Amino acid sequence: MARKSMATKTRAPSTARQKAPRRRATAKSMASQQREISVSEFFTKNRHLLGFDSPTKALLTTIKEAVDNSLDACEEAGILPDLEVAIEPAGGDRFRVVVTDNGPGILKGQIPKIFGKLLYGSKFHRLRQSRGQQGIGISAAGMYGQLTTGKPIVIESRTSKRRPAHRYELVIDTRKNEPVVKKDTTVDWSAAHGTRVEIELEGVYRGGRHGVETYLRQTVLANPHVEIAFRPPGTTEADEPVLFQRASKVLPVEAHEIQPHPYGVEIGLLLRMLKETRATTLKSFFQTEFSRVGPTLARRIAEGSGLTSRTSPRRVSPERAELLLAVIRKSRIPAPPMDCLSPIGEERLLESLEEQVAAEYYDAVTRSPAVYRGNPFQVEVGLAYGGELGADDLATVCRFANRVPLLYQQGACALTKAVLQTNWRSYGTQQSRGALPSGPLLLMVHIASVWVPFTSESKESVAGYDEIIKELKLALQHVGRKLGAHLKRAAKARDSERKRQYIEKYIPHIGIALREILDLSERQEERVVRTLTGTLERSRKM
Amino acid sequence: MAKKKKAAKRVATQSTRSSTGTTPRKTRAKKATSKKKAARDAPRKAAVKKGNKKRSPRAGKGTQPPVPGAWKVIQRISTEAESVRKKILAKRTPTMQFPVRSLSNVVYRPTSGFFEMKGRTKERTLTVGTVKTFAQTLRMMAFSKELVESDDIATKREAYYVSKNWQECRFNEQPESDTVMEDVEALFGVNREQLGFIPEEKGGDVAGELVVVDHDRETGEELRIDCTRFGSGAYSIPISVEQLRFETKARFILAIETAGMFQRLVKHAYWRSANCILVSLGGVPTRACRRFIRRLADAKKLPVYVFVDGDPYGYSNIYRTLKVGSGNAAHMNEFFCVPQARFLGVTPQDIEEYDLPTHPLKDVDIKRAKDALKNDPFVRHHKAWQKALQLQIKMGVRVEQQALAKHGLNYVIDEYLPRKMANTGAFLP
Repeated sequence: MARKSMATKTRAPSTARQKAPRRRATAKSMASQQREISVSEFFTKNRHLLGFDSPTKALLTTIKEAVDNSLDACEEAGILPDLEVAIEPAGGDRFRVVVTDNGPGILKGQIPKIFGKLLYGSKFHRLRQSRGQQGIGISAAGMYGQLTTGKPIVIESRTSKRRPAHRYELVIDTRKNEPVVKKDTTVDWSAAHGTRVEIELEGVYRGGRHGVETYLRQTVLANPHVEIAFRPPGTTEADEPVLFQRASKVLPVEAHEIQPHPYGVEIGLLLRMLKETRATTLKSFFQTEFSRVGPTLARRIAEGSGLTSRTSPRRVSPERAELLLAVIRKSRIPAPPMDCLSPIGEERLLESLEEQVAAEYYDAVTRSPAVYRGNPFQVEVGLAYGGELGADDLATVCRFANRVPLLYQQGACALTKAVLQTNWRSYGTQQSRGALPSGPLLLMVHIASVWVPFTSESKESVAGYDEIIKELKLALQHVGRKLGAHLKRAAKARDSERKRQYIEKYIPHIGIALREILDLSERQEERVVRTLTGTLERSRKM
Repeated sequence: MAKKKKAAKRVATQSTRSSTGTTPRKTRAKKATSKKKAARDAPRKAAVKKGNKKRSPRAGKGTQPPVPGAWKVIQRISTEAESVRKKILAKRTPTMQFPVRSLSNVVYRPTSGFFEMKGRTKERTLTVGTVKTFAQTLRMMAFSKELVESDDIATKREAYYVSKNWQECRFNEQPESDTVMEDVEALFGVNREQLGFIPEEKGGDVAGELVVVDHDRETGEELRIDCTRFGSGAYSIPISVEQLRFETKARFILAIETAGMFQRLVKHAYWRSANCILVSLGGVPTRACRRFIRRLADAKKLPVYVFVDGDPYGYSNIYRTLKVGSGNAAHMNEFFCVPQARFLGVTPQDIEEYDLPTHPLKDVDIKRAKDALKNDPFVRHHKAWQKALQLQIKMGVRVEQQALAKHGLNYVIDEYLPRKMANTGAFLP
């Protein structure tokens, strides 16, 4: 590498000598090229950041974003979600994706912004566990469709029986990041409320580990209260859809919104918060904008940085803000409240595994909440073993973040790493060095958090914070230990059964031999066999 | 529980049917008779055996293998079975005591001249793990009793096939059945022929200055077999040699490992020029072969010289087994050894002395030699043998009998053997 750059360097002067150095651009000419980049434009060029890097993935991501939105809306409204996902071939390599839910519906005025503007949403500014985070997903999917087929997104939504269902056809002005309504009509709907999203896009439909069906099955696995009817391409209205049935009618606990925890704040965010707050004193700023900060602590933070509790937040200089942060880091502050989390729960996990996976042994554990960088998170692991699971394959690891299945980038994910770092051999399963355990094993690994640290915006893998890995490993070890005990018990039972059969097989021959040698009667022979069987079976128990 | 019992019973009756089905009619009739009848038959058989003994009066007292009468073998089998049954009915786990059949359980006594058992025994307790072997051992005993009662015999291979009637108890390979058979043999301290089992292998070949006196099986007429009159062939040692008598004027017996060397010596009538008896061992000598040489050497007071390949197998397996017996059948060594045997060659020293072509020692050879130095009581007793083996390991080569052909095909007859025979005192013990 170094040698290569040297080589080009030595060659460079000779060409420079031939041509007199010339200013290629001036500040002025450069300024004429400099202009604002719209978010939509940026993502048009960097579609892989959002998970649209291949046609297969694009189709999956589109469905995923629509399903995520539907489920979030249903849960927030307290409705048991019933979804229908249909993929219809639309000629060539085009597909029409239609996702219909029974959610609360969307107000007419909000529809264009939600579906036709990137970074518009309800979830970005709140600290609360939800599937969507940034407000990019569904509009990006629409934009991808628009880019590859030129077709608008079609949204139908109804909010109540008393109102009509609206139908919008939207395109996004990628320059301005603004929705453009192409058509606005009302349509007939049989359901009282719900939303239907239709996006046409170029894609490839695939089965298998990264396929849509796997995604939907895993979605229902992590959301046992959800029911999804799936119509894969090539099926007609008349065909029965593939039904992923709900295992439970209990809605997840509602997650509450919380303020940011002081430990999780960085300098940029702190400066913005200082600027935007409505509080007039530092003391009330800390008390209202953060969780777990009381009057004493607020005063101590302010005074610790050479300010007073009555300083106006807007007057705090960036240097002082750094000091504030330093004091925060040194203070002992209780962990953030945990009601912002809504784990699946051990009971639901077990119900779900038993419904969806044909195995012999099930277990699940939900750890107590923990904190990374001021963000509460909670880890859950579900385990299924034996039965119809492939005995010769590597274990299947189903990863979930806030109940959303993660299908791509398994190797880069902290959830996978935790599984790999666990020593499964001590739990009676086989495991090659640095590999997943092998055997009829399925693992569900779930992290729930107000802010899941994804490694990229396409939300495919979780970053490996030490606190997260530690919690994951504790959960995995917990179910692993119990699996080990189970396997040991099973092996023992098998062993004693084998021994029993062995005894029954050969003892009659001792009887035969003794009868032949000693001319015993059948009754005498039978007595020998019976007594000996009893003696051996008793000795086996010792 | 009731169901289980029924199942067991069904298995039992089935196997009875099949096992009796294969035995000859007369056996079935005999089995139906009581133990008393068997005992009544016994003296008759014992008398027959005694008659045999009379025909070979020259065999010295104590050198005869114990030939317990058929009734005695049956009695021993029954006693053992009865003790097993008693323990079972007393709700204790039955056990059988077997002598340990390995070199570690023998001691070499130069005065008696063979490996004697040290008397260490292993106890086979009937547990879940041993129930199969235990059942097989008992069934083998039952089969043996049947053979003795009906005055029949079975080869080791036949016994293996008979076991195919024993359902789950059957042997999968013959070595398994051989081991169990040898266990039974050792358990009762008898020769397997007394249990009705005969070996497959032939005894060995004899040529030279010897007349073997045998009898016609049918008529009882005396048969005089002149071993000089087999031309390029040889007399084949029978499986049982106790009834044979010998007439010879030979000076010594030469036991030869390979058939090839034996052929050469027969072809050129070495026995005539050297006035000796040639015996081909064919590898490790069979019991019959060992017994034949022993009886012949005892009866005619002949020295025995052994001529084998110059490798650890020739020394510690072939020669040692012939001379002092084996660890495996230690209970019978007393009768199946030839204590008067001396080692003619090929010795490690011969390699240099006769400038013989060699092959490098294989790993197994070296292992065998080291093992003999460490564990073989015979080698450990004789310094001369330790020196020879150590020399061989140091030289790292082995030599075959046929290597003498380097100096001419008949070098062995014209040079090697005469030179060796001129100094028999130098033979290894």
